[in-house]
Amino acid sequence: MNMFTISGSPHVHGDESVKKIMYAVVYAMVPAMLVSIYFFGLDAVRVLLISVLACLFFEWVIQKYLIKGPVTINDGSAVVAGILLAFNIPANIPAWMLIIGALVTIGVAKMSFGGLGKNPFNPALVGRVFMLISFPVQMTSWPVAKPLFAPQLTDAITGPTALGLLKEGVGAGKTIEQIMSDPQMPDYMDQLTGSMSGSLGEMSAIALILGGIYMVIRKVINWQLPVSIILTVFVFAGIFHLIDPQHYINPTFHLLTGGLMLGAIYMATDMVSSPMNMTGKIIYGVGIGLITIIIRLWGAYPEGISFAILIMNAFTPLINTAFKPKRFGLIKK
Amino acid sequence: MNSLKTFAPGGVHPEENKFSENTPISSLPLPKQLVIPLGQNLGAPPKPMVKKGDEVKTGQLIAKGEAFISANIHAPASGKVAKIDDALDSSGYRRQAIFIDVIDDIWEENIDQTPDIVREITLTKEEIVSRVKECGIVGLGGATFPSHVKLMIPDGKKAEYLLINGVECEPYLTSDHRLMLERGEEILIGIKILMKALSVDKAIIGIENNKPNAIQHLTELSKNYVGVTVQALKVKYPQGGEKQLIKAAVNREVPSGKLPIEVGCVVSNVGTAFAVYEAVQKNKPLIERVVTVTGKGLSNPSNFLVRVGTPISDLLNAAGGLPENTGKLINGGPMMGKSISSPDIPIVKGSSGILVMPVEESRRKKPNPCIRCSKCTEVCPMGLEPYFLSKLSKLELFEKAEKNNIMDCIECGSCQFTCPSSLPLLDFLRLGKLRVGQLIRTRK
Repeated sequence: MNMFTISGSPHVHGDESVKKIMYAVVYAMVPAMLVSIYFFGLDAVRVLLISVLACLFFEWVIQKYLIKGPVTINDGSAVVAGILLAFNIPANIPAWMLIIGALVTIGVAKMSFGGLGKNPFNPALVGRVFMLISFPVQMTSWPVAKPLFAPQLTDAITGPTALGLLKEGVGAGKTIEQIMSDPQMPDYMDQLTGSMSGSLGEMSAIALILGGIYMVIRKVINWQLPVSIILTVFVFAGIFHLIDPQHYINPTFHLLTGGLMLGAIYMATDMVSSPMNMTGKIIYGVGIGLITIIIRLWGAYPEGISFAILIMNAFTPLINTAFKPKRFGLIKK
Repeated sequence: MNSLKTFAPGGVHPEENKFSENTPISSLPLPKQLVIPLGQNLGAPPKPMVKKGDEVKTGQLIAKGEAFISANIHAPASGKVAKIDDALDSSGYRRQAIFIDVIDDIWEENIDQTPDIVREITLTKEEIVSRVKECGIVGLGGATFPSHVKLMIPDGKKAEYLLINGVECEPYLTSDHRLMLERGEEILIGIKILMKALSVDKAIIGIENNKPNAIQHLTELSKNYVGVTVQALKVKYPQGGEKQLIKAAVNREVPSGKLPIEVGCVVSNVGTAFAVYEAVQKNKPLIERVVTVTGKGLSNPSNFLVRVGTPISDLLNAAGGLPENTGKLINGGPMMGKSISSPDIPIVKGSSGILVMPVEESRRKKPNPCIRCSKCTEVCPMGLEPYFLSKLSKLELFEKAEKNNIMDCIECGSCQFTCPSSLPLLDFLRLGKLRVGQLIRTRK
């Protein structure tokens, strides 16, 4: 006599899984990884490897010896966190700092809240901001990008980022024209391809957008969220540029420099810490865009997207409660 | 053909696997014994009209529906009543059933058994409704709601459209598809009968675009039937859901907790339209239906015309026998069907298909934590938040679940189908609906 399984419907399952989603994000980050290796060479490989391995190691140690529960390091989420952390720091960071950053990312921001799916804040950003506050010098001296096969002049050239130059210039009372004439300032072509100073993964807008398109097609992210951030930054920065072009740079500069693309496409879209319906996602995106520009224009830091995303992460539960999907057949009174 | 329509929001597209779509409908030989469960319609089960030892003819009334929402049952073959006893049915419970030892197939004299198509509709509106009631017609799409109740429009309401459900959005199933191809003319006459009973002058047959031959065939035939049109629909599950079909075909939203008549629509399945034709034009009660028997391991996926009460094992044998590695038997389709424990369970009026699943597809995947990807929210055709409702239900916060519209859930399973973490979302939604339903009843 055959024994049959009895279970509730549905009896079929679409082939999506957490692991597949996580590795889709990893694949989407490959172009940006290649660009970082092209510009920073072995340093980029070193930072990526240390970051990913440290994240995996801490997740394994905590799950096995602290929680004494199932070990889920092969679900891909620690790999994603590791790559994102590496993407957010300069290529010449000392290894021990990076390892501490990974511990904060996995131990504090992820596992202490209950692991995958429970963290209110984006783990890699928590790790990054922790490092920025703890090691302000090392976290803000970026190596100058030099193509892999270009003649190596000296090894340890560091330079400010485009946003750093801007903040410094504005602070010194220079006009935008004067700031832009600085030879260290990358032109638009450099900004698009990533030929400028900056963190590992934020270099090339083109590579980041390419990965973003893949994730949209693969249905890992919605296009509306990154677009709402980018549009908000463009419009908000654009308004000030139109009012006073001598003191406010044109909005395209804001889009192509710093971590905006990286943040908008890969960090803000983190499923766990972003709102769960379309209206909520757009409000969240607009919030991130506004806070980013407020920090960039008037804050103490040249770059603000990390803080903007973390601040809006805190609003996610509230947004989820306030904005519900449109119910079928429910007529508003 | 007019352009493709579909419903919003939500929906998924599971693998179609319509293995038996080109297999014509064939009849099965009568079994030795029929087991006819009394509870095979939505509402109250009918009362038995026969007792042990009685001789019955094919089509003879054997159980009478006395409650308002109930349906008559007729003998599917002639023979002797062996007993009235409990029998396992697809609900998983043992419930009252009439056992008939089949002797022959001698029909009641007043049933027209000829294959001739009777086109002229002579019965009046009231006569149609009472004939549909006498013949025990229920909705054959799976809900088994007594059809005569649907034909009685409540006071103050008016039907504007009759929507005919030829969507068959469940993967694997092809019984409606074959019926539309082989009995198209009868279906259209059935639709005209329903239109007359409802006093509507517009009927729309909704068919998904994966059945182009059925769309073409019925479009061609409908030219001779004034007011009947065919609407091709984009392939998307659960388009066969009543509310989704109305949204897709006429872009109206049935208000939460209300019936389709609220927006001037009545929805019937193509199989029901065919049964109505047979009842009204041929005086034939609902004693047989088309059932798809299919599955990946099955050697001959088929569509059988089967008498109610036939054991499922007979169908499986006729389709090539139960494969060795069968892990699950499903009464219905893979999205909304019920898994059953034994092939001895009989076919009932609501059985649209029998699906055999191999062992490797029978077990659920191991659940992971929710990663808040919101895919369940995106695919929910009712605009609900399945992740949230299932959590509320798990935490027994039923009042909050009610406020978040849990009772609107149509149990289509799109959320659970989509969930990357393989969470049992619908299990908890069902539990929540049950408990919220109890809460609502105690309040009254």
